[in-house]
This record gives sequence, structure tokens and C-alpha cells, in this order.
Amino acid sequence: MTPPFNTPPAQPQPANTAGKKRRAALFPLRLFSIDHRIIGIQYLVLALISVVIGTVLSLLMRIHLVWPDWHLPLHGPILPEDYLALVTIHGTIMLFFVLTTAPQAGFGNLILPAQIGARSMAFPTLNATSFWLTAAALLILLSSTFVPGGAAISGWTAYPPLSAVASSGPGQALGMDLWLTSIALFAIASTVSSINTLTTIIRNRCNGMTWERLPLTVWGWFTAALLSIIAFSVLLAAILLLLCDRHAGTSFFLPTGDLVNGVLHQGGNGSPLLWLHLFWFFGHPEVYIAILPGMGLTSMLLANFSHRRVFAYRTMILTTLLIGLLGILLWGHHMFVAGLNPFASSAFSISTMAIALPAAAKVLSWLATTWRSKPSYKTPMLFALGFVSLFLTGGLTGPILAQPILDEYLHNTFFVVAHFHLIMAMAGIFGLYAATYYWFPLLTATSQHPGRLFSEPLGNLHFWCTLVGAYAVFLPMHLTGLAGEPRHYAQLTGIPGPGGSLSPAGALLSNTLPLNRFITYAAIFLATAQLVFLFNLVRSLRKGDFASSNPWQATTLEWHPSMNPFPPPSASDTPEMSVHRAPCHYQSNRSEVSFLPQWEPVPLALDEIEDATDTKPE
Amino acid sequence: MISSHLTSACLPGLLLDRAASRSPWLLPRDASVHGLALDDHLLINLWIALALLALAHLILLIGLLTRRHSAPTRLWRIEYLPLAALALLFAVLTLKAERLWASSRYTGASPTALQVEVTGVQFAWYFRYPGPDATFGLTQPKLVAPGEGNPLGLDPTDPHSTDDFISSQLVLPANREVDLRLRAQDVIHGFSIPEMRLKQNAVPGQTIHLHFTPTTPGTYAILCTQLCGLGHYRMNATLLILPRDQFASWLAAKQKAAP
Ligand SMILES: [Cu+2]
Ligand SMILES: [Cu+2]
Repeated sequence: MTPPFNTPPAQPQPANTAGKKRRAALFPLRLFSIDHRIIGIQYLVLALISVVIGTVLSLLMRIHLVWPDWHLPLHGPILPEDYLALVTIHGTIMLFFVLTTAPQAGFGNLILPAQIGARSMAFPTLNATSFWLTAAALLILLSSTFVPGGAAISGWTAYPPLSAVASSGPGQALGMDLWLTSIALFAIASTVSSINTLTTIIRNRCNGMTWERLPLTVWGWFTAALLSIIAFSVLLAAILLLLCDRHAGTSFFLPTGDLVNGVLHQGGNGSPLLWLHLFWFFGHPEVYIAILPGMGLTSMLLANFSHRRVFAYRTMILTTLLIGLLGILLWGHHMFVAGLNPFASSAFSISTMAIALPAAAKVLSWLATTWRSKPSYKTPMLFALGFVSLFLTGGLTGPILAQPILDEYLHNTFFVVAHFHLIMAMAGIFGLYAATYYWFPLLTATSQHPGRLFSEPLGNLHFWCTLVGAYAVFLPMHLTGLAGEPRHYAQLTGIPGPGGSLSPAGALLSNTLPLNRFITYAAIFLATAQLVFLFNLVRSLRKGDFASSNPWQATTLEWHPSMNPFPPPSASDTPEMSVHRAPCHYQSNRSEVSFLPQWEPVPLALDEIEDATDTKPE
Repeated sequence: MISSHLTSACLPGLLLDRAASRSPWLLPRDASVHGLALDDHLLINLWIALALLALAHLILLIGLLTRRHSAPTRLWRIEYLPLAALALLFAVLTLKAERLWASSRYTGASPTALQVEVTGVQFAWYFRYPGPDATFGLTQPKLVAPGEGNPLGLDPTDPHSTDDFISSQLVLPANREVDLRLRAQDVIHGFSIPEMRLKQNAVPGQTIHLHFTPTTPGTYAILCTQLCGLGHYRMNATLLILPRDQFASWLAAKQKAAP
């Protein structure tokens, strides 16, 4: 028996008219489309541009740290304010325009509707609007580099009064206004886009797609969208208050008698701590917004390539939601030494420790899913395994930082930088790479030809170099942090101190210099390794192998033959989808059917295995 | 240039540097009373994290390398026992950490502690001693005039201010508790002395108390650890811990010099 779902490579669909055919061929040029797949690709292109810029900026920072005299071509020496502008734009661009945009808006738009059997997103026009708002936000952010005073230098956290008073330093006048405008636009776009995502998941699921049958990626997008709506609206409010402080004479964040650079602010009776509360109420959920879709995808990929069910599927749904819930209750762990009542720190310490448990449950499920499964090591699987490794390594320092007494020493050192880069930036990027390699056939199929695959040897090379590079860059940062190296220091050597050239501060900081040199070399290696990916991308777009309609033997709906080729036929031509079971049904002991896609009605004899996944514990 | 650095500075330098460091994991020497317990707790935490990291990777690797087994059945033993163990472990660590935190932060300094005020300004730390009357004089932002020797805006009409004196260096006696009043004039600064295991933001509009007892005489770095503007990296000062008798004579000399 040849199962109908193991279709050969999809054939070009005959187009109705020549005009339609030509339009379909030119689809990438349709810039202002409201098709969710095109919007998804636009988001991914935006994220790709952003990640290239963000990476170059981080390399400039690393190079400046170990060779402070190096002259940047066309610019000259990197001044302290230049360094801080690099830090600020790097952080902003990576967090917002890469880690928020690509998994949530990019792959969310591309894959989510297909994965729930929907024909499109709920609000297509709104969807396009939020993309163009995001693009405008990126342009405004980048333009802040060219205004008098330069880009903002107060980091992505923009603590007032530094960010509230134009006289507090370079970049804090027009540069800061542009930064705030950019992030405000981004917040609006994200909120709108998340409303779209939520509505789509709630209303557009196909027949039989119950909540318990939703793929875990969808649960990731769902929870991240919920968090986005809550978090970004608070951020937007905070930004509006800050703009009022800057231009309307209010003082939400300015205390009485604040004297910045000779300018006295007699007025109101605000507190910078209010900003910290509002900002981190957004800032911490933001981290989970970035990582939750990756966690969902990792669960699905490990099961897919291990030909196994996801271990404890329902618990995984529960832990996703629990991580979302706890994620909005622990913002205060960023504020242990910020001037809160110490009892508040104790409370936030406990809520932060609590989130380690659902996170650990996820890791347990990943370990159990792959345990003695002899998976096939295709590139997406390698990146999913890398995600598990980096998530573990980054996550295990979380409980350390959750203890106020330890945070008192480690706060704002490179230990924290290492922690969040491993878990958020590296695991986040590994999730994105897994998604890119995995869904590439869906991204590249056109009405002219079926989707293409990445080159596997190049993908393997890319994975190993990136994994080694990620650890080589971020593991030693734990040590420089333990040695006391603070974040945001433009220089580690030759720091003038009150006690002459060899001040105690200068001596303390120069301790970490050898390690920092190593980190910089590793960072250059890590960035160079990404050229393998870019080369593979360009090569595979043009002459990658054609994929069958379900090259990974996946069980989720986006691989349904009618969802290929891309773009699929117009909505009216799409068959109604029906779903018959939860995803990840694999059978290793019967040779004729090794996997059961969600859409496949089952022959009677096989029906008995349906939904035996995790209904009753033994 | 890059290649010469590559050959000279990379790994050998790294190893040398680690060997020269005084304590494991590159942690700088501790010179405060509360720091020893903190260091112990930190090292326990690091070892536990490392052990869990190794264990999880080991399970992952063994699972990947051994031959295929039929799908894992859903066992409550696999699903809940490790979670319960982790919950217990984290609860114990939290409890221990809370006790340490409470002992240094829940209550203030003893009334006999030495009083010093620390003020963060872009980009310097000022240390004010209250003088023989043991009371800090009033300050007013509009009186701030660093060029005229009044960087903190001390109000000359307040009788308590006449004997206050300001130092650019924090000088403290060994083995006596210190009560710091932390303030900021303009933006948020981060007051940090790594070797005293001390860190606390100075927030404009707030006065935050911080107390500790230094033990070992010597000089230590005071850093700013909260991004405060372009001079953030060079906003440092020196902490000088003196034996008690030397501190007394330093204090006497300073008080005589004060107007
Ligand atoms: Cu400062
Ligand atoms: Cu600073």
C-alpha cells in the first residue's frame, strides 16, 4: 500500500489564465501584499537584514574592547559614546527586530495558518499594516545614527533620568526621541499582530483541530501572542509617559530637584523606579515572547526526527502556559539592587525560582523524547538538539541570578550577559535556524517549481561551527563576570582613576583582558561561520534539491500536499482540511505506515492507535 | 596586527592569568565580613549548575548514542520524580539565599556604625563624612557648584553642615560596621565594590542605606555598574581600608582641615 500522503514532488499547478500565471511568477515583487505568506517572508527578510547589522555592531564592540585604539574605517576611533550607541542599537535591533520579529511574526505568518488548517490570517490588512509599521520602526531606529548627537546611548532599557533629559549626554536629545518613536511604533505593530495571531488561532482552526491537537509550535505562538498584548501595551504606555516627561513638562520619572549637567528639574515628584517597573513588566515577558515559539518548534522537531511522540504532550501544553503566566510575575528580579524594598526582592526571587520548574519539565520531555530513539540527524534536528543544549546551559544560571544575595555580586556583570545571550540569543537563534532549515521547502516553493532543500553537508558544517562558536563566546563570559567585569564598559584598560594610572579599578578590570581577547577571537569565528549559512541560503534558493511535498515525514498540516506548492491556489480552491488526531503519531514496528499525519483519515485497523498518546499514565 | 595578537595573547595568557588569580573561578579576593558566606553559597550554586549541566548532557548523549528502543512509555517516575527533586533542591537554595539576604538587607546598620554618605554624579563618586556633630548638613540642588568647591550643594546656613567634609576617596576603618547613605544627583548610578561583595544602585530622589563591615586593610576598586552616560566606564573611586588607629588619625587630620 502506498500511503497517499507520501506524495512525489509536487507538480506545477496549471494556472487558469496567462495573466494570473505571470502575476504568480512575480509574487516577490508584489511588495504591498496582504497575503500572510508574503508578509511572513517580508518579516524574515527584515529580520535577516537586522541580524546582519546587529552582528556587525557586536563585532565592532568586541574588537573595540580588546583593541581600544583600533580605528573604524570611515569613522575613526570608537569613542565612549560610540561604544554605548553600538550597545544600544545592537540590543534594540537584536531583541526587537530579530528575536521578536522572526519567530513570532515571520514564521508565525508563514506557517501558523497552514498548521491549524486555516486559509489565512484573521485580519489580512491589519497584518500588512503591522509589517509596514515594523519596517518604519527599523528605519527610524537606524536613522537615529545620523542625527546630531548620534543614536541613544542609554542601552535598550533606557533608564531615566538618563533617557528623560536631553542634557544628560550625547544621543539623548533627538536620538532618544527617534529611539522612543521607533519602539513605540514597534509596540503598536506587535500588539496588532498578536491580536491577529490570537484571533486566527481561536477562530480559524479547521475541523477536528481541538486545543489538545494543536501542534506545540502553535501553543508557543499562542502564549507569546498573549504575552505580547499584555507586555507591549504596558511598554507603549511607559514610552508615552517618558515622551511627556521629555516634551510636555511632566515628571513621571523625574524626582524633585534632579540636577543633570547643570540643568535643574525643580518640578514634579516622580521616580525613575516607576520606569523600571513598567519597563521590566514588559522586558521580562519579552524574553519569553522570543523563546516560546522556539521551544514549541524544538519539541515538534525532536519528535519528528526521532519518529516518536512528544513525551507528555499535555504537560507540555500546560508548561507553555505556565511559563507565560509566571513570565509576567517575575519582572522584579531585574531590580534586586535597584532600590526596592528588600522584601520585594524576596518575593520576586521566589517567583523567579518557580519558573525553573516548568522550564525543567520541558527539558525532561525533550530528553525523554530523544531517549534511545536513534533519530535521523538532518540539519533541522541538529539545530533542535543545539537548542536543547544551549537552553540548558543558559537556563541553569537563571536560578543563580534569581537569588538576590548572589545577584548583588553578579548584577550587571558579564555573568548576566553570558546567561541571557546563551538562553535567549543563542537558543533563540538556534530555534530560528531550525525553523529555516525545516520549513525551507515551504518558503521556496512557487507555482513554477516545488520547494527546495538546503544542502545538508553545508548545513552540518554550519551547525557544528555555530555550536562551538556559541559556547566559545559565551562560556568564558561567565568567568569575566565572576571576575567582576561590568557591562557597558567602553574600555577595560587605561581607565583613569583618582589614584593615578594604576588605580584599583584599572587593575581589577585588566584582569579579564586575556579572556576577553579569547572571546573576541571566538566571536569573529562565530560570525564568520554564519557566512556558511548565507552562502548555503543563496545557493539553495537558486539550485537546491527539490523536495517532496513532505520531505521530513512530518505529521502537521503545513505539509499537506495541497499546502504545496507555494503560493497555494487561491482560498476557494483549497480543500477543506480535517484533522483526525494529535500531531507526532509515529509507528516504528509496522513497515507500511511509519507515520500518521494529522490530516490522514485512518484505515479501520489502524484506528486503534489514535490518541493513545498520553491519555492515561501507567 | 590581528595575527600577532592571535599568537601572543590567546590561550597561554588565559591560563597564566587564571593561575595568578587568588581564588577559584576568577572571583576576586573577598575583604568583607558577609562576603565569605556569599562566596560559599555562590560556589555551591555554580557546582550544582555545572553538575546538572553535565548530567543533562550525559543523558542526552547516551540517549542519542544507544540503539533504538520502542517509544518511551509515559511513566510518572520519569515525569514527576526529577521535577520533585529539582523543586526540593531549588527550595533549599532559595531558603539559604534568603537567610543571607535577610541578614544583610532586612535590618539596618547598628546605631554605632560609622556614617558616610555616598553621592553619585556623572561621572564621579563623592564621599561625605558628617564631622564631630555626627549629623549631615542639608544639601540643596540649586546650591551645587563643583567649581566653587561645593559639589553636593551643601547649605552653609545649616549649622550641621559646617563640620561636614567631602572626600574623593572612601576611607574606612577595618572591622567596624559602616552605614552608607547612597544618593545620586543626576541619573541612576550603580555603586559597586566587587571585593566587598557589594552592589546597590544610587537612585536620584532616593536615599538608600547599605551596611557592611570591611575586614582586610588595603585599597579596593569602587565602580559604577549602572549605565549612566558616556563616562560610565571611568566612573570609579578607591576604597581605602585602614587599621583603626591610622583611620583615627586620618579622620582627625581631615576634620582639622574642614572649615
Ligand atoms: Cu555612574
Ligand atoms: Cu555608570
